[in-house]
Amino acid sequence: MVTDLLLSERFFNEEGYLTDPDQWTPDLAHQLAAQEGIVLTDKHFEVLHYLRAQQAAGTKLSIRRVGKSGLVTIKQFYDLFPGGPLKKASRIAGIPKPASCV
Amino acid sequence: MEAPTTLSAPTPKREDASVRKVLIICSKGRLEDVYAALIMANGAVMEGIETHVFFTFFGLDGINRKTLDRLHTATVGNPSLMRHLPTMLAGLPGMEALASTMMKREMDKLDVPPVSELLEMIVAGGGKLYGCQLAVEMFKLTRDDFVEDLDSIITVGQMFELAAGDRTHILFV
Repeated sequence: MVTDLLLSERFFNEEGYLTDPDQWTPDLAHQLAAQEGIVLTDKHFEVLHYLRAQQAAGTKLSIRRVGKSGLVTIKQFYDLFPGGPLKKASRIAGIPKPASCV
Repeated sequence: MEAPTTLSAPTPKREDASVRKVLIICSKGRLEDVYAALIMANGAVMEGIETHVFFTFFGLDGINRKTLDRLHTATVGNPSLMRHLPTMLAGLPGMEALASTMMKREMDKLDVPPVSELLEMIVAGGGKLYGCQLAVEMFKLTRDDFVEDLDSIITVGQMFELAAGDRTHILFV
C-alpha cells in the first residue's frame, strides 16, 4: 500500500519530519495530520501548499510571514494547527522543521 | 481496503518533563529587555506552551500604548553598546534615539516585528498579558493607558496563582 510505504521510517528523521519534501503527497499529509489529531480541510491544504512553496523558494519560514500571507491570520493559523502551528504544519507539509525564533 | 493498524512514522515526542507553562515577568522598559521578554513569550506560544506575561514597574512601558513602539536602549551605562564611544559623548542629546533607531532597523532586517505587533502575535496564539496593580497605581496609570489585548491588572498574589502547577517556569527579565 502506498501510504504504508510512505510512512516507513526511512523517509523520516528522528523528530518525525519527512527527509525529502518531494516524497510528500496529500494522502501522506492526511496521515501525518491524524497523528496530531487534526482533520485536514481545504484551508489547511492552502497553508500547507503555501509553506511548501516558501520552503522550496528558500524563504525562512516564520509565523509572522504566514500571518502576512493573506491566507490566514496568525490566530487562524493557531486554530488550524493547535499547539505549535509552524512546527506541526511544517511536519504535515513534509518540509524540514523550521529554525525560527519569531 | 483495511486501514493500517500501526503507523511507523515516528510521532513527535511528548515527554512529561517538557515545559508546560511559562510565566515571564517583564520589569524593565529598555528596548532590549522588553524584546527579551516578548521574544521568549512568543517563542513559548509557538511551541504550544501556556504563556503568561506580567509587566511591572518600567516594564509597563512595553504595554503602554504611548510608549511601546518608542522604547529606547540606554547609551550611557551600557558598555556593550558602541564599545569605543566615550561615556560623555554617549550622553549627548539624540544619541539614545539614534542608537535605538539603529537597533530597531537591524531587528527589522531579521523580520523581528515591532513591540505592538509582537504583543498581538502572542495574544493571537493564546498567550496572556497582565499589568502589575501596584506599579500601575504608582505610575498613576489606568486600564485605558494600555493595549486592548491586556488581560487584566493583577496583584503579585494573583500572578503567582498563574504559575501554579508542575512543569511551570518563571522567567524574570
